[in-house]
Formats: sequence, C-alpha cells, structure tokens
Amino acid sequence: MSIDAHPGLPEFDYIKPTTLKEASDFLIAHAGEARPLMGGTDIFVRMRSGGWNDKYLVDVKCLEGMNDISYDPHKGLSIGAAVNMNRVIASREVQDNYALLLQAASSVASYQLRTRATIVGNICNASPAGDTIGACILLGGVLHVHGNGGIRQEPIKTFFKGPGETLLRTGDIVTSIHFPVPEEGARGVYIKLGRNKASDLSIVGVTVFGYPDVNVPSGYRIRLALASVAPLPLVVDQVEAILTETSIDEDRLMLAAEAAMHACTPIDDVRASARYRKVMTRNLSFNALKVVWKDLKKL
Amino acid sequence: MAFHRITFNVNGELEQADVPSNMTLLKMLRENLALTGTKNGCAEGECGACTVLMNGEPVNSCLVLAVECDGAEIVTVEGLAHDERLDAVQQTIIDAGGVQCGFCTPGILISARALLDRNPQPSEEDIRIALVGNLCRCTGYVRIIQGVQEAARI
Repeated sequence: MSIDAHPGLPEFDYIKPTTLKEASDFLIAHAGEARPLMGGTDIFVRMRSGGWNDKYLVDVKCLEGMNDISYDPHKGLSIGAAVNMNRVIASREVQDNYALLLQAASSVASYQLRTRATIVGNICNASPAGDTIGACILLGGVLHVHGNGGIRQEPIKTFFKGPGETLLRTGDIVTSIHFPVPEEGARGVYIKLGRNKASDLSIVGVTVFGYPDVNVPSGYRIRLALASVAPLPLVVDQVEAILTETSIDEDRLMLAAEAAMHACTPIDDVRASARYRKVMTRNLSFNALKVVWKDLKKL
Repeated sequence: MAFHRITFNVNGELEQADVPSNMTLLKMLRENLALTGTKNGCAEGECGACTVLMNGEPVNSCLVLAVECDGAEIVTVEGLAHDERLDAVQQTIIDAGGVQCGFCTPGILISARALLDRNPQPSEEDIRIALVGNLCRCTGYVRIIQGVQEAARI
C-alpha cells in the first residue's frame, strides 16, 4: 500500500536521447503524447494534478550545449536551456551586465526550486505570471530552437500565443537563449507583488528597462512589461511612446503608468481581484518607472 | 512502464536500484532506502520538507525523478551527522529551540547546511532568503534563524 499523502505521478516512460536530432525525431514520432523535460518544476505539478498526462517525458537537459553559459563583450550573453537559475544568478557576467535578469531570476520561488528551474523553462511554460519573461523580452532575448528543419531563432517578444501557448511546434526543442549587449548606461528594475514576500507567484509583476538615447526628445528610451495582468506577458508600447516624445517628469511617469493600467486586462483569481490588479499595475508601474528614471538621471 | 537501473551515492554509500520512470527521488529515499527523515509535504515544490542535496545543491526531491539521479551524489538529513556527532547546524538549531513538531526540520537543516557551505558568514537576510522555500508552521522562524546564525559563528 502506498504511503503517499498526495497523488503519485501517473505512469509514463522516461526517455533520454543522446542527440538533439534523436530527441526531435522522438517528439515528432510521438506527437501529442511526448513532452520535453527540463527542470520539471511545472511538469510534475501538472501531472500530479491530472492536467497533463503524457506517455513519454523526453529528458533533454544533458544534450550538447544545453548546460553552457557564456558572455562575449561584443556578442552578448548566451544561456543554455538547461542552465539553472541559480547558475544564472551566480554568473559574474550576468551580475555585471544583466542586473535586471539577475533580479528577475532571484524573485522566482525558492533557492531549491531554482536549482532545477531554468530561464528557458520559464519562457516555454508561457505562464502570464513568468517572473523572468519581462526581463527577457526587454533585454531583446532570442531563443535558438532545434526543430525538424534545423536551428531557427525566435525573438521572445513575439513568442507567445496565449496562456501556455507559444510558437513552438511538435519536435521543437529550445537549446539556448541569447541576449545582445545592453545599451550603454542601461538600467532596469523588476517589482513583484505577491501575497507574501516569500516564494508566491506574482499578483502583478512590472519590469522596466531604460537607457539614454540622444535621438529622442526626452533623451531616454524606457520600456515596460507586465506579468500576471493579461493572457500574455504584455509589453505596453504606449509607455515607451509617452516617455520618448517630451521631457520626463513625475506627471509624465504617472501618465505612462496610467497607460499601463489601461492596457492590461487582468482577471479575478485566487490571488487577487481584477480591480486590485489594475490599480496596483498603475501604482507599481509608477514606482518602477521612477526607480529607473532616477537611476538614469544619475548618469 | 519502463524501469531503469541507476547507480548513485547516498550519504556516502554507493547504491544501485531498478526504478520505474515515474518514481520520484523522494519516494525512492523513503520507500526503497527507508531514509524517512526526508518528508513528503506538499508534493509540488512549495513547502521544502523534502529538500535534499543533489550534487551539493538543495533540490525539492518531490520534483526530481529517481532515474535522473543516475550518477548523482545525494545527501539527506541522515547524512549530516558524522562520527556520532551532529552537524553544527543540527546542534545549534536544537539548542536555539528551533524544533517543535519537527516535520520541516530535515528540509531546513539541508537548506541551512547548503547555505553555510556556499556562504559561511551569511547575514540574517541571507538566511531568510535561503529558507524562503522551507515552510514551518510551528516556530515562527525566529529560533531557526538564530540557530543558523549561531552555526555560522562556530
């Protein structure tokens, strides 16, 4: 007799291919009943709850290049799909050049969960609440995807189709994510509102990233992305427009924050009401914009 | 369902096992190896009661497959003491009164040991952050944190 107080995992076969081609071929041959396995932090929860019932889990995290992380001052940062979040956070290159990504990754769950969780997994899971997705979009992240037709690139900004839905096709395996070198003087912040300060999912997540730009009237290019307040990770383009067309002051920041509030379409759920999310989107957007604007003004 | 022969190290002992694909590391430890110090709490990576070290890093063993542990080095709470002596953080958490019902304690000890291994002089904030993934419903955390601070001092 099982002594599990919780439902065990349903039956499946664990498959560990040795090459990307083998993995893609298996996923295509078993379309609809096989799923790539990376850290498993979402898969096993969904399998236990009965939401997912795949016949095969295809472990792709030991395939070539999946565990590499590298930085080049001209080309930027490359993070293998299986590099866990704690390794990203501990990377000196990330600390020195991609502080926004470090901050977003640090806000995910707990240390032991981040030993397994990956940035690419957070993206492919395509939750509107994904903490690192806003940073990955605003930092210009591009996924490298191995599929039936070889390797292709997918910019993260256009990667999402709906909650849990992406442009990935059967047989696709994301192998890495790449970020260009950030613009000179770039600053960013991620503000996460959860039910507690510990490891909960966000009620509202606001990511802001900006840098000096002499080609626009305000002198700054500032972008904003929202989590947990729309079916998709949401980049509010009006914010960028409002904050480029004329000089920035606190009234201008509030105008941009209100644009963020009007752009989002949150729902009521167990964590918060839609109305609360709307109001907090405005308030936290204002706070995040102010943090970044003040940092930029110090340059 | 497929079975897999795996070889791994638990608390310094080499082990071999034939495990089904869907067996978690947690289940293998508790039911195959009788290492019941590791607890089954939420089974979804929230509570941290099942935390063990895998290749030196803490993981939620409810979210790791046993088959993924082929070649790995696992340390459970049973592996913290050496030569009949408790690990420093075990003794200091006991001395600080950081144990009440005890259900969360094995996971907290593993997370605390991992923190002290990567940061021997953690601040109180460092300790709180390291223990975010270990829920305790009895103590209110204060004495646990005091226990970890004391372990860092000795």
